[in-house]
Amino acid sequence: MIKTDILIIGAGPCGLFTVFEAGLLKLKCHLIDVLPQVGGQLSEIYPKKPIYDIPGFPSILAGELVDNLMQQIEPFKPTFTLGEQACEIKRLDDGSFEVTSNKQTIINAKVIAIAGGLGSFEPRKPPIPNLATFEDQGVDYMVKDPEKYRNKKILIAGGGDSALDWTIELSDIAEHITMIHRRNSFRGALDSVDKVMELSKAGKIDLITEAQAIGVKGNGKLDAIEIKTKENNHWLDVDYFIPLFGLSPKLGPIADWGLSITRSAIDVDTLDYSTNVDGIYAIGDINNYEGKLKLILCGFHEATLMVQSAFKRVYPDQKLSFKYTTVSGVNGFS
Amino acid sequence: MDENIKLVIVDREGTAHDLEAPTEMNFNLMEIMRAAELPVEGTCGGMALCASCHCYINTDHELNEPSDDEEDMLDQAFFVESNSRLSCQIPITKNIDGLKVTLAPVSE
Repeated sequence: MIKTDILIIGAGPCGLFTVFEAGLLKLKCHLIDVLPQVGGQLSEIYPKKPIYDIPGFPSILAGELVDNLMQQIEPFKPTFTLGEQACEIKRLDDGSFEVTSNKQTIINAKVIAIAGGLGSFEPRKPPIPNLATFEDQGVDYMVKDPEKYRNKKILIAGGGDSALDWTIELSDIAEHITMIHRRNSFRGALDSVDKVMELSKAGKIDLITEAQAIGVKGNGKLDAIEIKTKENNHWLDVDYFIPLFGLSPKLGPIADWGLSITRSAIDVDTLDYSTNVDGIYAIGDINNYEGKLKLILCGFHEATLMVQSAFKRVYPDQKLSFKYTTVSGVNGFS
Repeated sequence: MDENIKLVIVDREGTAHDLEAPTEMNFNLMEIMRAAELPVEGTCGGMALCASCHCYINTDHELNEPSDDEEDMLDQAFFVESNSRLSCQIPITKNIDGLKVTLAPVSE
């Protein structure tokens, strides 16, 4: 079991900076994030986009800001659980929390700071009737173990990098691959697009463009997918259907934690960004208050005030004295 | 000075909403719809990076061509038709006065 002072849910910019402000107050942090890397949307959605409203940086790439934050918080030795989603929460007798992830990692924390941004990123699911019935019964939204598809008939849908990459990789493993895409052209790395075109020309894969998957059928297990092209609708027999349409954020399990929520955002008191549940705070894009602006710089401010309040919970008997970093420097943890 | 244009937005229940939008404020269509509290998420804030402001264009106004970024994002959206656009990529300018759009359905 992991023990920490503050469990930060979400390792985006706001969650990362929380480690710094908490560290100045000698509070230790552990972060959990559903994505396999830190940085949240900045890494997942727009690493190469410049941001122009970070104070002191006339322009900084989102990815660079994440790198800088990681460097800034390093002295405070944060620990991470990446690629896992915080699922269940339990309050223990001593007032602390026990959070369990979807992979059964257990984290004990005196305070919880939800810095979940837009929510946790989950695969986009195509709106095909009854698709959910076949999840894990032939429908996979991500490829975990390529070997699963050895000598199987597969349909991959999508036009981005992951659809292209998996088509290439699985073309040597699967018995047969069909790839379908809405348009004639592909986004994604040019190199991958070329390779897929070569595979198609060589007859190693079937490429169907300007087409969509619209139906599923099977008896408990997936048997076939209905494909709509410009010319006709037809059924294709497959063992597996892998729709790869990127990730989109969902509030996820924290929606069931008893928090007061307005339009997918957690209501907080702007005094300290506390939620209606004692000991749980919400900062950054995921919170909601009058006048809220979803800006990274506002999230930094919220994190800073929040840890002051968190300190009082962790050390109820100690007095907090405020010090400038220019005076005391940054005294990291060993 | 009256620089407002008129827009008609049909929501997912089929109800038409008449909106007015200023042209001199550098707004885009997604922002106008969100400000009117129509059910448009605009999750990414207007960077053509999430497709949560997907809509259909119902009139034959000449719009700016979709960028590669917008087309790429539409690849990840569902219910895409030939008149699909991301409303965040449509600037509020005089030439779209009278534009009518319908919000695309949202998937799970």
